[in-house]
Amino acid sequence: MIAAARTLYNGSSVPLAEVPELSLDRFLETILDATGHGWRVIAYFGLPDAAATPLYCLLAEGTTSRLAALRTVCQDERLPSLTPACPQLHLFEREIAEQCGLVVDGHPWFKPLRFHRSWAPGRDAWQRPADDPLTVGVMEFFQVAGDEVHEVAVGPVHAGIIEPGHFRFQCHGEEVFHLEISLGFQHRGIERRLVGGHDTRVMALMEVVAGDTTIGHGLAHCMVMEALGQAKVAPRPQVLRGIALELERLANHTGDLGAIAGDVGYLPTSSFCGRIRGDILNMTAVLCGSRFGRGLLAPGGTRFDLTPDQCGDLLDRLRAVRRDLTDAVELMRNTPSVMARLEGIGQVERELALELGLVGPAARASGIKRDVRIDHPFGIYRMTHLPVATGFHGDVCARATVRWQEAEKSLDFVEEQLQQIPAGTHRGELAPPPAHHLAVALTEGWRGEVCHVALTDADGRFARYKIVDPSFHNWQGLAMALRGQQISDFPLCNKSFNLSYCGVDL
Amino acid sequence: MIDGIIHCLVVLLLPPLLIGIITKTKAAFAGRVGAPLLQPYYDILKLLRKGSVFSTTTTWLFRAGPLVTLAAILTASLLVPLGRHPALISFDGDLILFAYLFGLARFFTASAALDTGSSFEGMGAAREVTFSCLAEPTLFVALITLARISGSLRLSTILTYPTPALWRATGASMLLLVAALFIVLLAENCRIPFDDPTTHLELTMIHEVMVLDHSGPAFGLILYGAALKLLVLGALFTAIALPVSTGSDLADWGLFLASMAALAVAIGVVESVMARLRLVRIPQLLVGATILSAFAMLLVLR
Repeated sequence: MIAAARTLYNGSSVPLAEVPELSLDRFLETILDATGHGWRVIAYFGLPDAAATPLYCLLAEGTTSRLAALRTVCQDERLPSLTPACPQLHLFEREIAEQCGLVVDGHPWFKPLRFHRSWAPGRDAWQRPADDPLTVGVMEFFQVAGDEVHEVAVGPVHAGIIEPGHFRFQCHGEEVFHLEISLGFQHRGIERRLVGGHDTRVMALMEVVAGDTTIGHGLAHCMVMEALGQAKVAPRPQVLRGIALELERLANHTGDLGAIAGDVGYLPTSSFCGRIRGDILNMTAVLCGSRFGRGLLAPGGTRFDLTPDQCGDLLDRLRAVRRDLTDAVELMRNTPSVMARLEGIGQVERELALELGLVGPAARASGIKRDVRIDHPFGIYRMTHLPVATGFHGDVCARATVRWQEAEKSLDFVEEQLQQIPAGTHRGELAPPPAHHLAVALTEGWRGEVCHVALTDADGRFARYKIVDPSFHNWQGLAMALRGQQISDFPLCNKSFNLSYCGVDL
Repeated sequence: MIDGIIHCLVVLLLPPLLIGIITKTKAAFAGRVGAPLLQPYYDILKLLRKGSVFSTTTTWLFRAGPLVTLAAILTASLLVPLGRHPALISFDGDLILFAYLFGLARFFTASAALDTGSSFEGMGAAREVTFSCLAEPTLFVALITLARISGSLRLSTILTYPTPALWRATGASMLLLVAALFIVLLAENCRIPFDDPTTHLELTMIHEVMVLDHSGPAFGLILYGAALKLLVLGALFTAIALPVSTGSDLADWGLFLASMAALAVAIGVVESVMARLRLVRIPQLLVGATILSAFAMLLVLR
């Protein structure tokens, strides 16, 4: 069935005419069939401005590194839901309904995702009146009935300095029966704004899709532009990008390992990791002057180069970080009371993780060998293969362990790359994007797979730019991880996933 | 007379310093400088100068909670001997009053929490009363054991009775008692491994979540009351664990202050080297403490 689709590879573009336009039934059948045969949906979206809604679906398959693109046109305002058979589409279908105003028939939990008006004028999947203020988070939540069941609402304003999101727990005493997560408080209209682009501000916008994944998202955007502009990126910037991406992973994994220790009340590791994260961010600042990697990337290459002195400086800092981080994490891992607190909490079984289409460390902790750097290698990862760390139990302990092992691999990678940066230029030139093309790029951000898809119009401008943050796949995993758990363990589970709110709200 | 004045001064002024010592110890373990030793005093003074915000859904119970709690703990502080010095108030059977003053304080804290109607505070109150149900028997059995050893029902006698000689005679029993009382001390004062007083995560809190809605002076009183409770239970603990006397009155006071500081450091060390328990494990540890104290009593009755 997937033969009906146009296959392509990570970081490439195809003329739209080569993507076969299937009938709606055939399109849906192909998605169902492919997902049943080891393919996974990486992006599923519509073009809302037209009278009839064109729908695009991109799928990925790890063992052969192939991606597949499908399209169809939804003629009326109703789209049959695939979610009951293919739960990984749950949020994608709600997003299509909200953006395009399509009613998704048979969707088991058909509600808005970000609480904004449909982009298609006059159409609304829920027939909400035009004067409805669309207050974020105001909706019917799933409820468990019974005298002894109580409901706990957390957020959108939280006690810590974190992003806004609303969590609704159905509890029986301390046990959680069900958790529903409502986002949308951070909706900024990024995708909408990109329609009709591209201008010089886009790169800056891409870096703040999720502020802690600056390099992950920035790199995916650069790859899209390079695919459209048929640019060949020189080896030197490839290495610099790889170093930046791994430093980002290292900083976030370190911060989260510390935060996990803090959540169980184990202060030494919490404090140490907080400081070490700062050291790693400062290394990124050596690369480009920004601790979060802002302004480093540019389509075609990088904006900053690394001098040999800076390389030596980074290597010294890296050795100090490796020593300190190893000590801090080993301290935690050798403390039985900490490990007892992490084991068996927030388990996500492998089957469930596959069904929900989890990505990144969350998927790997459940035993799924899924990593864009291996499955769909890009940039420097085509030359250097990083080992994939996987867990087995899918609990908080497995997620923490996988993240620590990944951090170790990143340390090795950065150290190796810093010693052998290829000579040459760090900049590159791009041709303007061609008309009527589709480009797709995947990167492995620290949370997992970051997917950017661009469709160009007759002038080579974006007809649609779709961003899928790894959190979009993983939030449902967090909700399921809480089933049957203690409500007091929620912060710990949440921290082990540490998903992005703004990356979903866009 | 002098002892009475010192007793009052210690009760009024010392408690926040204990919290400061714990915080400083934890900071040292975490490789940080940490807040100043006197920070808890600054915090309480700051809060006392602030205004209060009261939710419109609350009643007088919410406002009475911190006051009654503090009054109960202050009264209890008059019943407990500090170091080798008898308490200010003492009568036969005052140990019952002592234990139930804590019960009264807890009742009002939990009621004030329930009064807000918040699901967080309800959860916290439920946890607090569940766990204290399990901690209370330990305290009672321990006091009864000591009453049996000393042959008295006055706290002042019971707690000044232990001596190094008594330790040599009934060492096993005393050791069990000390272990049980240390567990109760940590549990009653919401320290790790039972509760994390520094966390900001409402869903995991026990005591902190019950006082989330209090602000300003009322919250200052709560912080002071919590520190005072640590002092009172700490005094009870050190009277049994370190029953040494120098013979000189003033030196004994110095010894008492030093032993309280050492206790605060010990709590800080415990908090630094271990994580919190899962909530479902807490009852097991508390029941374990009860069993320890029950064994101590069996050894004494033998």
